[in-house]
Amino acid sequence: MGSTLFDKIWDAHVVKEIKDGPSVLYIDKHLIHEVTSPQAFGGIEKRGVPVFRPERTVATPDHNIPTIDQHLTIKDQLSKFQVDKLTENCERHGITLYGINHPYQGIVHVVGPQMGITQPGMTIVCGDSHTSTHGAFGSIAFGIGTSEVEMVLATQCIMQPKPKKMKITVNGDLHKSVTAKDLILYIISKISASGGTGYFVEYAGSAFTSLSMEGRMTVCNMSIEMGARGGLIAPDEKTFEYIKGREFAPKGADWDKAVAKWKQLYSDTDAKFDKELTYDASDIEPMITYGTNPGMGAKIKSHIPKLDEMPASERLSFEKSMKYMGFNAGDELQGKPIDYVFVGSCTNGRIEDLRAVAEFVKGKKKADNITAWIVPGSKMVEKMAIEEGIVATLEAAGFKMRQPGCSACLAMNDDKIPSGKYAVSTSNRNFEGRQGPGSRTLLASPLTAAAVAVTGHLVDPREVM
Amino acid sequence: MAKDKFHTLVSRAVPVDVENVDTDQIIPARFLKATTREGFGDNLFRDWRYDKDNQPIPEFPLNNPKYSGKILVGGKNFGSGSSREHAAWAIYDAGFRVVVSSFFADIFKGNALNTGLLPVTVSERFLRKIFDAIEKDPKAEFETNLVDQTFTILATGEKESFEINTYKKECMINGFDDIDYLLNIKKDIEAFEVSRA
Ligand code: SF4
Repeated sequence: MGSTLFDKIWDAHVVKEIKDGPSVLYIDKHLIHEVTSPQAFGGIEKRGVPVFRPERTVATPDHNIPTIDQHLTIKDQLSKFQVDKLTENCERHGITLYGINHPYQGIVHVVGPQMGITQPGMTIVCGDSHTSTHGAFGSIAFGIGTSEVEMVLATQCIMQPKPKKMKITVNGDLHKSVTAKDLILYIISKISASGGTGYFVEYAGSAFTSLSMEGRMTVCNMSIEMGARGGLIAPDEKTFEYIKGREFAPKGADWDKAVAKWKQLYSDTDAKFDKELTYDASDIEPMITYGTNPGMGAKIKSHIPKLDEMPASERLSFEKSMKYMGFNAGDELQGKPIDYVFVGSCTNGRIEDLRAVAEFVKGKKKADNITAWIVPGSKMVEKMAIEEGIVATLEAAGFKMRQPGCSACLAMNDDKIPSGKYAVSTSNRNFEGRQGPGSRTLLASPLTAAAVAVTGHLVDPREVM
Repeated sequence: MAKDKFHTLVSRAVPVDVENVDTDQIIPARFLKATTREGFGDNLFRDWRYDKDNQPIPEFPLNNPKYSGKILVGGKNFGSGSSREHAAWAIYDAGFRVVVSSFFADIFKGNALNTGLLPVTVSERFLRKIFDAIEKDPKAEFETNLVDQTFTILATGEKESFEINTYKKECMINGFDDIDYLLNIKKDIEAFEVSRA
């Protein structure tokens, strides 16, 4: 019997198996940021052990940093302390750091791919659940807790039980104006926010292979939102083309050798998965979430489910969610007034996302009732956006450009959606209070976000194009 | 770091009868600014425990003096969302040693074990019985027996066994952690690096 792509990569990284226990898994690349690493450094220092392979860890601050006036000292003392700690820890242990104002700084999951750090066949971890993003390159990438960050620093390994494998196939072509974000929101709405728990997902089929690398990253990024540890897509020519020439990509003869190896990374036709799901691309339309977990999504042109449309066991939590959102079962989605639009995050803060928004709003103005923030995923994205005239277009339309960081995706800094306000957000979580206490989040694609910014209410972007 | 050893715990339990309790509810992101592991308990379930003016919401079980104990009982799909281990630290820091649900998110479960907090998965029917037992008598006690891998409602004697892999069980019983283990096999790790070079 053949092997899955996941098995091929996993098995090549197992240092040791423990009977009726986890495997010791070797980690190729470790990304760290200011929020989940300080306790890990504290831990190894307490034990008196050094960082085992400092060259395999790369650091950048993102979660907690301000997105305005980044050239000034951080005002929030606690944030400043975390960022200073990261700098100090990296200096002391010889770890590469792209600090604030460094041309490579950005959201950790935007930085890895843009630098060519993320490559097919690798194991990649980070103390952040959206590490799954890197799976777009055909790597095993997943989020870890701080104790595990400490393990990687101390030994370059973690202990992991092997997850089960799921294959999600979407065949056919996506309709025009249906994006990678709609595709993944659709899948999560089908299998629920916990339907992938215990699994690692491989995405296959023409709906995924036809996506750009950016689109594939958006899909893999949200694997965690169905409870899966991560998701991956077999690498192909598009993948190699994307990596080629980037700072840390192999060069010369090494490049050819690497590509030859990467070409072996696919699931054998007779490989066995623990679960397989198949959807049809033609059924997918622009999506929006209406509740407080990413599984509560629907086509924008449809309505919030009626109570009799759902299993009795889910009604209680559904009603709690509706109360929080200020919505009613059965409500039409289109036409709902919105207050904020947030374009950014590691899900949709890459250059392609900003291009999509700019193309849509060019020559238009945002609606008066909307506050629109655009937060590039990295310094490099910001630079390209300025050079391509995207920033000028967006500012002319009344959008506010901010500087790179996680920003309103998790609202650790000042970028908070006020209590009770509605935000259409290109990020990945619509949990209660995720974007600030009392904030109400509706997840959508950058294109939908742009359409909402212009009309001031929830709308299927195809109706205003 | 060596953890407390865990064999058996008899305690009352605090119910949070809500499904899909995500890590942003357990510990909202804005409280993740600390650089040590301690002190997160104060902000456990912050936005459910306190209102906008930072006044405790009396109905929330953690604020209700009739509930106490070292066991936290949550609804289905507990701990989904972020990989922040701070969620497990907050629960531990608030004095809990066991968290019971019918379904845990993967990363949370791993983080809990690494924190010394035992996640106990029971069937949905049994979970309901636990909530009912607390509802009937908030002073009701429960036994978590890690050695036998059982959870017992002492008032009725009903028990259910729970799963944990042998390795993790040994770790909890002896107070060892994964990092101790990994540091001990550094030679194997180095040999692995050489073998794939
Ligand atoms: S943008 Fe949001 S999801 Fe992505 S790393 Fe930052 S906080 Fe996490």
